[in-house]
Amino acid sequence: MTSEKSTAADQTMIEFKDVHKYYGDYHALRGITATIKAGEFFSLLGPSGCGKTTLLRTIAGFEGISSGVVMIDGKDMANVPANVRPTNMVFQSYAIFPHLTVEQNVGFGLRKDPRSAAEKAKAVAEALEMVGLKGYGARAAHALSGGQRQRVALARALILKPKVLLLDEPLSALDKKMREQMQMELIKLQRQVGITFILVTHDQEEALVMSDRIAVMFEGEIAQLADPETLYRRPNSRKVADFIGTMNFLPADILSEVDGKVEVEAKGFGRLTLDAEQVSVAPGSSSASIGFRPETLTILFDGQTATDRESKAEVVEVVYYGDMTYYDIKLEGTTEPMRLSMRNVFGRPVLDIGTQTRVAWSPGALVLFR
Amino acid sequence: MQSKPKVRFRGSEAANGLLMISPTAIYAILLLAAPLAMIFAYSFMTDGYLKIIPHFQLCNYIGECHSYKDVNGVMTESQTYKGVWSDPLALTLMWRSLLISMVVTAVTVLLAFPVAYYVSFYVAPSKKSLWLFLITIPFWTSYLIRVFLWKVILGTGGPINFGLLELGLIQEPITWLLYNVNSVVITLAHAYAPFAILPIFVSLEKIDRSFLEAGRDLGESPFMTFWRVTLPLAMPGVISSVLIVFIPTIGDYVTPSLVGGPEGKMVANLVELNYKKLDNYPLGSALAVSSMALVMAVSLLFLFLNRRFLRGNKR
Repeated sequence: MTSEKSTAADQTMIEFKDVHKYYGDYHALRGITATIKAGEFFSLLGPSGCGKTTLLRTIAGFEGISSGVVMIDGKDMANVPANVRPTNMVFQSYAIFPHLTVEQNVGFGLRKDPRSAAEKAKAVAEALEMVGLKGYGARAAHALSGGQRQRVALARALILKPKVLLLDEPLSALDKKMREQMQMELIKLQRQVGITFILVTHDQEEALVMSDRIAVMFEGEIAQLADPETLYRRPNSRKVADFIGTMNFLPADILSEVDGKVEVEAKGFGRLTLDAEQVSVAPGSSSASIGFRPETLTILFDGQTATDRESKAEVVEVVYYGDMTYYDIKLEGTTEPMRLSMRNVFGRPVLDIGTQTRVAWSPGALVLFR
Repeated sequence: MQSKPKVRFRGSEAANGLLMISPTAIYAILLLAAPLAMIFAYSFMTDGYLKIIPHFQLCNYIGECHSYKDVNGVMTESQTYKGVWSDPLALTLMWRSLLISMVVTAVTVLLAFPVAYYVSFYVAPSKKSLWLFLITIPFWTSYLIRVFLWKVILGTGGPINFGLLELGLIQEPITWLLYNVNSVVITLAHAYAPFAILPIFVSLEKIDRSFLEAGRDLGESPFMTFWRVTLPLAMPGVISSVLIVFIPTIGDYVTPSLVGGPEGKMVANLVELNYKKLDNYPLGSALAVSSMALVMAVSLLFLFLNRRFLRGNKR
């Protein structure tokens, strides 16, 4: 985080207070309450139909809300139409006007700008340069590639210096390479302009890479709102854990609970004690399970010893990825295979299916869901 | 033995293509191109009363022409007439036809746009086809009958006059509704409405709704978004509508002869007069060719003025 950012981070840019949205009988948003800070790169992450795009559109003003309050920069947005809100949007389809040239598209929102035509033209040229499209101004919109359209859409929105830039799955139409490149460019751009970015995405990796904070949404509700690391390391429910990355689950029995510390026993891991912050309580859940990420278990090769704890395991599946190898292992005493990932190191063999081995792990990397 | 290229042609894509379009092509050549070529040829020939003398002349278009008559086997000069562009009557009728069809086109397209807009933007997707179906209902009755119905509606004893008289808004029936240019415009505008609605509807349907949201998002009011985004994107449809209405109305013959009265006559009525009553095919043909040229010139000018909307808008 840069210093400008941390000063701005105290201010609230967007506030949702118990926002509900119905489409007829369908309850699309079920009481959203959240705060987005000024200058933040914020993501709404969730599967399709979870309400993330609807929530974004309530900020833009394309979607009214059934109840609750949406505030932007301290002002209630009820009865404020889309065209006067201090937000601009990059649409999923980019919505580049096909009847206009690139510069006409970028300058579309400047009609009421009191500056002279020459100054506006200069602003358009600068905006195009900022997104790496210098010299493309006179091109027809339909002669652009997907990535170029995306840049035009960005320039068209940013030239108006909005308080909030809304991005509706902007990278979903691009191929993998282009997408990764645009992710880095968007991060840089956001740091450069300091505007609050709100990104809607169903791609958990994209959200983790780009965001300062992420709201994970399921069925019209925010399941967890946290920074990427917390979300990855301490998901607050099995559902969030499942949606973000891969997580293994092992059934566990709770033995005792003292001062928030929980003592559990799980086949394969044995007895262990977990801190309060490692425990996620889901309402109405009857069974407990231990969750762990594939990289938190390490296979011990000949002569290596565990620094913390170790367990015996059998390799049941091997998937070689070049830089990584994914193993499915069965911990001693368990029947379900667990996914484990190992970075490949020169000179270290890839194990065969059926190999009996040992794995090292640390109780601090585990999460208990109960 | 067949030579190699021949074998190749018979099975080739080009041969298949030609084979496929040949019924249509033969039909078009026989029924469209050939009659047109004949009319074009006639317009340069000489009128021999009941026959056409293949003697080339330009006077059917400009200047003065002589008609000939067969008198005891000898072709004798019978009368003189003026060519299309030298005849005040023909010029008046062409000018009037042009004016009427322009007014009809303007009225039809201006009235069609809101209908198409409503169906495209406000009718639920599941009900759109029903609406389009309802719009085409007037086509179920013959054109002739619809024109007659307008004759009744606009007439002195028709519902309009009856209603206005009953309401006491007028003391005696208004007569300027029927048998003049007004009635021709009203009747034609109604007849061509579906033709105008459909192309506009199609082009409105093709507009990605996110364009309109983008317009709003970039600070424009609903009206300015319509003006700067919707209308330019719908222009290809509007242009098609204009041409679809304008081109046939200028040559319409039934409507002016039934509801036009003497001051509502159009160029097609004069063509008919020359072909049937006067039996002057060359002059009739010259009139037809002239009005066709007029339509073409106006249409091309119109297309030229709107060319920026017709560039490839592929997305």
